Amino acid sequence: MHKLRTTLAHLYMGAFLIYLLIPLVIMAGAAFNDSKLPSIVPWRGWTLHWFYDLFQDERMWVALFNTMVVALAVAVISIIIGTASAILINSISGRIRTVIYGLMISTILIPGAVIGISTLLMWNKIGVPPGLHLSVLGQVSYIAAMVMLLVLARLQTFDGALEEAALDLGASHGQVMRRILLPHLYPAIGAGGAVAFFQSIENFNVTQFTRGGVDTLTVYVFSKVRSGITPTINALALIMISITLLAAVWYELSRRRKERILLAGMSREDE
Amino acid sequence: MQDLIRRYGAGLTGLMVLLVAFWLLMLVIIPNITLFESSFRPYLPVVEMGGPKDVYSVNNYLKVFDGSIETSIFGMSFMVPVHIRTFFLTIWYSVTVTLACFVLAYPIAFYLAKIANPKSVPTLLLLLFVPLWVSEVLRAFAWWIILALKGPLNSLLLSLYLIEKPIRWITDYDAVLIGLVYTYILFMLFPIYNAISSLDTNQIEAAEDLGASRWRIHWRIVLPHSKPGIASGAVMVFMLSAGSLLVPSILGSTTSQWFTQTIQQWMNDALDWNTASAYAFLLLFLCTAFVSLVMWIFRVKLSDIAK
Repeated sequence: MHKLRTTLAHLYMGAFLIYLLIPLVIMAGAAFNDSKLPSIVPWRGWTLHWFYDLFQDERMWVALFNTMVVALAVAVISIIIGTASAILINSISGRIRTVIYGLMISTILIPGAVIGISTLLMWNKIGVPPGLHLSVLGQVSYIAAMVMLLVLARLQTFDGALEEAALDLGASHGQVMRRILLPHLYPAIGAGGAVAFFQSIENFNVTQFTRGGVDTLTVYVFSKVRSGITPTINALALIMISITLLAAVWYELSRRRKERILLAGMSREDE
Repeated sequence: MQDLIRRYGAGLTGLMVLLVAFWLLMLVIIPNITLFESSFRPYLPVVEMGGPKDVYSVNNYLKVFDGSIETSIFGMSFMVPVHIRTFFLTIWYSVTVTLACFVLAYPIAFYLAKIANPKSVPTLLLLLFVPLWVSEVLRAFAWWIILALKGPLNSLLLSLYLIEKPIRWITDYDAVLIGLVYTYILFMLFPIYNAISSLDTNQIEAAEDLGASRWRIHWRIVLPHSKPGIASGAVMVFMLSAGSLLVPSILGSTTSQWFTQTIQQWMNDALDWNTASAYAFLLLFLCTAFVSLVMWIFRVKLSDIAK
């Protein structure tokens, strides 16, 4: 009986993985189908035509460039604001901490449309026209909170006595920050930067209301899907999924290597 | 605060306070106050702004009562204003999506935390993460392909003789729900997985030894322990679904309308930013109220959620 249950659990897990991954496979597969509509049925033979069309599309390149600029800006600003917030939150306590922390967290839950419209309205009121700079500010308003959470978690394992020691030995304030605190936080800051970058790339709601007619990749894909669909979007999807998969595999391999080194180190200590 | 100044000096501390103030004031609080203020102003041509007609009123909010259509609920017909109907359907379907995500994700979370071989868990998590990194617009598009009338799903079902003629999937809200569950289920899975991971397996084994049934173990031990994770996942999925614009736009049919789409129409089609503000504020306020109510019923605090 127990065995049957375990088998069922394995089967369900397998089915769930298929459910998650099959749509991506189908979407990517349609990129090679020589059919005017994006689908894998009926199969009309292999072609690389859609990739060629995609690379010819000037608008896609502009959108891609814009996306990268926005994502980089969001990542950098979110890292700076998120790290400062985590350090600040970590050092205060009591009611004020609860209020500020609650406010920071709540930004993650605000619907993107609300963030987009409110950002546009406020900056418009003080004379800043819509455009990608507003998209950056709107996205930072909630992505900074994600970075803050990651850095805050890392701060829990920080030993404050190290800073005391450095101060006693005559280190300057800047040195304490640069040489002791920040190096401890780098893994979380790096992870936060990656999260911010990816969140920014896939953001649609905030961008849609603040962009002022300029394309980002998500907006470009959206408008292509809504209007005349050709499988060029599938070609783009395939490229993006491939990059994601490569990054994932690289991450997994480096994790396994680290684990092996760690295990090898531990067994050497045992001897 | 004193401690910060002692460690990093007044200059660096001041800089950090400024950064946080910029974030919370300029990017969060003041924009939302502006939104709130604008929502009470009339939509006027530029020349009349600040003129005698530019006075505060709740007219923008009253627009939700305009234009009724007949709706039947539980077999009874009512005349319901269109936008109110849209809003309630958005909430109702978002709740449906949240429940569906929970039912589908809970067994997976339990499996990953307690049944799967610990060595294979990182690989499984990595595989689960892949769709999360693919952008939402592409995931909705993938389902648009799958659910098309002549798409792969219908071909598969036809070739297996499970159906006789193609099913129209993209009709009413059906495809929107399928797309939303697919897009947001991982936001339910990971918090629950984290919560169950922290449960001591000995507790489950003790209950087994004392003769508790499977259901009872889940009901009395695993579920109560994972309550913060479930709450966190549910709040995320609900807010994301209710605030989604991409999925309802791509997978919606002629008879489906999401509240965010209504906001977008006011904003981008009617160019009436003030009414759009009023609607956006309604969405924010009512969703927050709804989430707070549910959290109060289940006795969960906001601080539990951000763990």
